[in-house]
Amino acid sequence: MNQAQSSRFQEARYAFYLFRRNPVVLAGAIISMAALILSILSPYIVNPSLWRITDLTKRLCWNNHMINWGIRNVFDCGGSTYILGTDSYGRDLLKMIIIAIPLDMQISLEVVFSAVLIGVVFGSVAAYAGGIIDEFVLRITDIFLAVPGILLAIVMMVILGRTIPILTFAVLVTWWPTYVRLMRSQVLSEKEKPYVESLKAIGAGRFRILFRHIIPNSIYPIIVQATLDIGSVILTVSALTFIGLTPSPLLPELGTLASSGAQYVFTAPWLTIFPGLAILIISLGFNLLGDGIRDVFDPRLRR
Amino acid sequence: MVENLIEVKDLYKWFPIRSGLLGRVKNYVRAVDGVSFSIKTGETFGVVGESGCGKTTLGRTVIKLTEPTSGSIIYSGRDITKLKGRKMKEYKKKMQIVFQDPYASLDPRQTIGSAIMEPMFIHGLVRDRKEARSKAEFLLEQVGLNPDHFSRFPHEFSGGQRQRVAIARALSLNPEFIVLDEPTSSLDVSVQAQILNLLSSLRRKLNLTYMFISHNLAVIRQMCQRTAVMYLGRIVEIAETSRIFENPKHPYTVALLKSVPLPDPKKRKMLVSLEGDVPSPVNVPSGCRFRARCKYATELCADKAPELIEIEKDHWVECHYDIDFSREAKVNTITA
Repeated sequence: MNQAQSSRFQEARYAFYLFRRNPVVLAGAIISMAALILSILSPYIVNPSLWRITDLTKRLCWNNHMINWGIRNVFDCGGSTYILGTDSYGRDLLKMIIIAIPLDMQISLEVVFSAVLIGVVFGSVAAYAGGIIDEFVLRITDIFLAVPGILLAIVMMVILGRTIPILTFAVLVTWWPTYVRLMRSQVLSEKEKPYVESLKAIGAGRFRILFRHIIPNSIYPIIVQATLDIGSVILTVSALTFIGLTPSPLLPELGTLASSGAQYVFTAPWLTIFPGLAILIISLGFNLLGDGIRDVFDPRLRR
Repeated sequence: MVENLIEVKDLYKWFPIRSGLLGRVKNYVRAVDGVSFSIKTGETFGVVGESGCGKTTLGRTVIKLTEPTSGSIIYSGRDITKLKGRKMKEYKKKMQIVFQDPYASLDPRQTIGSAIMEPMFIHGLVRDRKEARSKAEFLLEQVGLNPDHFSRFPHEFSGGQRQRVAIARALSLNPEFIVLDEPTSSLDVSVQAQILNLLSSLRRKLNLTYMFISHNLAVIRQMCQRTAVMYLGRIVEIAETSRIFENPKHPYTVALLKSVPLPDPKKRKMLVSLEGDVPSPVNVPSGCRFRARCKYATELCADKAPELIEIEKDHWVECHYDIDFSREAKVNTITA
């Protein structure tokens, strides 16, 4: 093993050690991993042949026998055949949740990735260029931050229509300004560090300094924030769908499931409890993982 | 070979102080305020002064890390003051700088090997990675580090080792001129000596010219052939280092030399510290800048700013009077 590998290897091992010694963080990592793996494996658990139909109306499960459509199974209270019971249409709740998790994860990952991308590009350029460009980017984020996020998303969905892509877009619109702000402040403090000066002295161009040195050095808080936000976006999305901003009340999506179950909260409480628990566990898991990553990268905890 | 590698004429660097909504320029910090000097090829030129006197800004401006406000910098016969972009890049290659704080002047996420190779790639000095690597390993060896440390990160090194890395990096472009901006002031005394010896031997081996910035008089005396004393953005005295130490002509230089503690309890009485603080470089006093702290000051000093005058051969002083410091008396007025 050469020096490069051993040095990087030690770093990784130390990070893993910090990670492992905290059981709460480990739990967060396991939950997040499980949610991701479940999202990938979901089509193989619940009837893979029909899952390839990407058409949303097909996913809504009208006449879709994979969800176990049938009047005779209505409000099964769980146990042997249907582990988590069935809903008012006789759909198997466990299967619904297994289908719902990937949908929520997908929306959440799309929102967070796009927000990170926008944040890193605009935030770093604003901070590095400074002057009028910085001012311009800041004022635009101000406009978006001035409007309450949920309200903005509600208005957008009411105007543009209630579909999954618009839901994703609406949440993204409320989410990106934080990343621009965060990245900007990171780059602002990073670009004043002496090593940037010494890069200028060796003749490095501004693009090399920004993309090869400043951005890699300021990306860690962004990664932490992104991990924390995967959970938060799931929470926000299911909140929006819970209050009715969903393409269809039959959509297998965690917030929608909880919402439609809420009508029968006294007769069939499991219909609300289990989707709600799924939301809780997944967002909690990503929050704990984010905290753990922060600890690992926090310089105060390092040597 | 040109005798003077660097000639600086009337160099000014004023930093604007902006305030208010529109960012109007309220005032200036006169970090470097009309400085002229030249550095001979192959010598170590010292710049000494208190904190905040503008010596670091001077060093950075000379290699054009910051743009001068006015004045000219002539590098081996060519005026580089106005050069930009590609033409300047050629000169940047020849002029390097080693910074004060070795803990902060390296990218923490870059291995030292890649930090040393980076300048070679930027200037296209090497054909491929392999050549760059062998050159970097050679440089590591040259500055007294183990070439096996190539892939380590800066935080795995001590301050002295990091400063060696910074020196190797500056050398990677085969420069002719290096500004050493207090290269040892953040290091332990024993490590300081090692770094200074390394710098001296590299200068001889590679025919380098140094501009050595320091506030440590002992280091200056050890390293430099000629020395300039800076006060509040101006050079008040330039001479050969031995003459600065043995026969100082400016009251500030004298005060500076007297403020060095001596390891001799009997001589404690000799330790004289300067009264008062350095005036703000924003509101520079009229006339001579040093007059508020100078015990020889007269009305002439308040009325008229002295100019740098060659009092003896190659000994320049910016003072109205030729003072005999042993008798504490003015000999005569030297400005007409």
